[in-house]
Amino acid sequence: MSEPAIQLHELCKTYRVAERESGMGAAMRSLFHRRMQEVVAVDGLTFDLVPGEVVGFLGPNGAGKTTTLKMLSGLLHPTGGEGKVLGHIPWKREHAFLRQITLVMGQRNQLVWDIPAADSFELNRVIYRLPKADYRRTLDELTELLELGPLLKKPVRNLSLGERMKCEIAAALLHRPQVVFLDEPTIGLDVTMQRRIRTFIAEYNHRTGATVLLTSHYMADVEALCKRVIVIHHGRLLFDGDLADLVQQFTAHKTIVVQLEDCRADLHSYGEVLNCEDGRFTLRVPKAKTARVTERLLADLPVIDLLVEDPPIEEVIDQVFTQAPA
Amino acid sequence: MSVPDELRGLLRLYSQQFKTTFASMVQYRASLFIWMIAQVLEPLVYLIVWSTVSNGSGGSVGGYTAQGFAGYYLALMLVNQVTYTWVMYEYEYRVRQGGLSFALLKPVHPIHSDISDNLSSKLVTLPILLVVAGVLAVIFRPTAALSLWAALAFIPALILAFLVRFLLEWTLALAAFWTTRVNAINQVYFILMLFLAGQIAPLTLFPHWIQILADILPFQWMLGFPVELVLGRLTQIQALEGLAAQVVWVIISLVLVRLVWRAGVRVYSAVGA
Repeated sequence: MSEPAIQLHELCKTYRVAERESGMGAAMRSLFHRRMQEVVAVDGLTFDLVPGEVVGFLGPNGAGKTTTLKMLSGLLHPTGGEGKVLGHIPWKREHAFLRQITLVMGQRNQLVWDIPAADSFELNRVIYRLPKADYRRTLDELTELLELGPLLKKPVRNLSLGERMKCEIAAALLHRPQVVFLDEPTIGLDVTMQRRIRTFIAEYNHRTGATVLLTSHYMADVEALCKRVIVIHHGRLLFDGDLADLVQQFTAHKTIVVQLEDCRADLHSYGEVLNCEDGRFTLRVPKAKTARVTERLLADLPVIDLLVEDPPIEEVIDQVFTQAPA
Repeated sequence: MSVPDELRGLLRLYSQQFKTTFASMVQYRASLFIWMIAQVLEPLVYLIVWSTVSNGSGGSVGGYTAQGFAGYYLALMLVNQVTYTWVMYEYEYRVRQGGLSFALLKPVHPIHSDISDNLSSKLVTLPILLVVAGVLAVIFRPTAALSLWAALAFIPALILAFLVRFLLEWTLALAAFWTTRVNAINQVYFILMLFLAGQIAPLTLFPHWIQILADILPFQWMLGFPVELVLGRLTQIQALEGLAAQVVWVIISLVLVRLVWRAGVRVYSAVGA
């Protein structure tokens, strides 16, 4: 196995923030004496990514995902532990390191607002010192994959959110980084645009062999792109492995969908009835009992159709976080 | 990377930044126009006030006639145009809104974007201001004792003045890393500039102790000194002393930029944005 592209060992980040109480008196007091409070954002994370991997980085808001990505891209200094990206210590921000990575933040923009994206791209070309031919080739490729053609000449402020995001992603990839950190790249976008960006990330990874670490609240992104997921909560690692295993490990239930003539039958004795529509019952049953309940349903009732499913991934993730100790 | 490569890379960055800045400026023609009016009006007001004072007190104040003041303030307008910066208004926003994060992700020191942006914008506005200065010169008929050596010495003096002012104001802008009350700091700075750089009046009109203070502090080396130099109001010895003071201040401000930038980034990367 090759050298990991990204390596974390017991990485920690504690913020010290000034505690502010409300009210005039408190404001006056804080002028002279500030009470500092420690907030643990990342609490001993250890994991590796091999080159070329696309990994989903999951966790609820405030779990420490963005903080981790910012440490790995060199914007934040950790308060403990070690980290290496492509053999560099990220927070030294060596130019040789910065040339090989990128960070896309779905809620932040790097493009200059008043001018066409093409002009900002040119600025990145000189900043990263890209040979003209290489730059041209990459730009053509990105233009084709992201369908940027008509967008590049318009001032950025005239673009829609989705169009702007596509340009942001292109701007971040012009220097063909080997490691790509994506923080909520599809946030706020409509379903079609989400899918387009998702397809693009997969294609980019396929073509360049770049290592991708991606956070998203849209499970469709994660399901489509990531075989492996890393789940954190309160800055700690909860799960690291195949997405399929996550479902196995954290769901105690399966969903059985039974099609009957109508909704008059009472199925409470078989499992928890979630709903019924046009005779289509949705039952939730403990995983271990699935086979037996299915057998009984088929034997007892005039079943037209029957389907056993894992619960939707959103539900699994929700369960992971609610089960996890605070 | 070798030094020539490094320089060539920066040169490309500067010329590309010029195109970007120019394109942005064209988008804001109206506000640019208003901004330039302000640049002209301030020295014009001082010019008119001092001309009136000088005419009222027998034709001269502290060695300046009305025409002398006209020369002083027209030169000041142009030197100010070349040396002023606006980075202090922008840094707080960059730090709070996280725009700085993108700058930190780039393999080049962020100061280069600011210098090249500043110079680019001047390249656009300076010709216009020169025309305005020409028109004002016809109206106010300035006098100056022009000489070849002073004109030649003015070139390095102007470049050094730009460097000192840019580096110091860039350092001051970094206060945004530590405090949200950047405006208060800026106000204090502008008042010092007003009096000690020769903006409100030529420094020779001030009491002796203020002139000594002005010699020690950096402000007059960013503005008043090149103005007096080009008007032929300095001896050759004074000119050399001034240039030396400017060089010393460039060195001091380079050291300050490095130290404060490093400390600021340390704070930023501890707290995040």
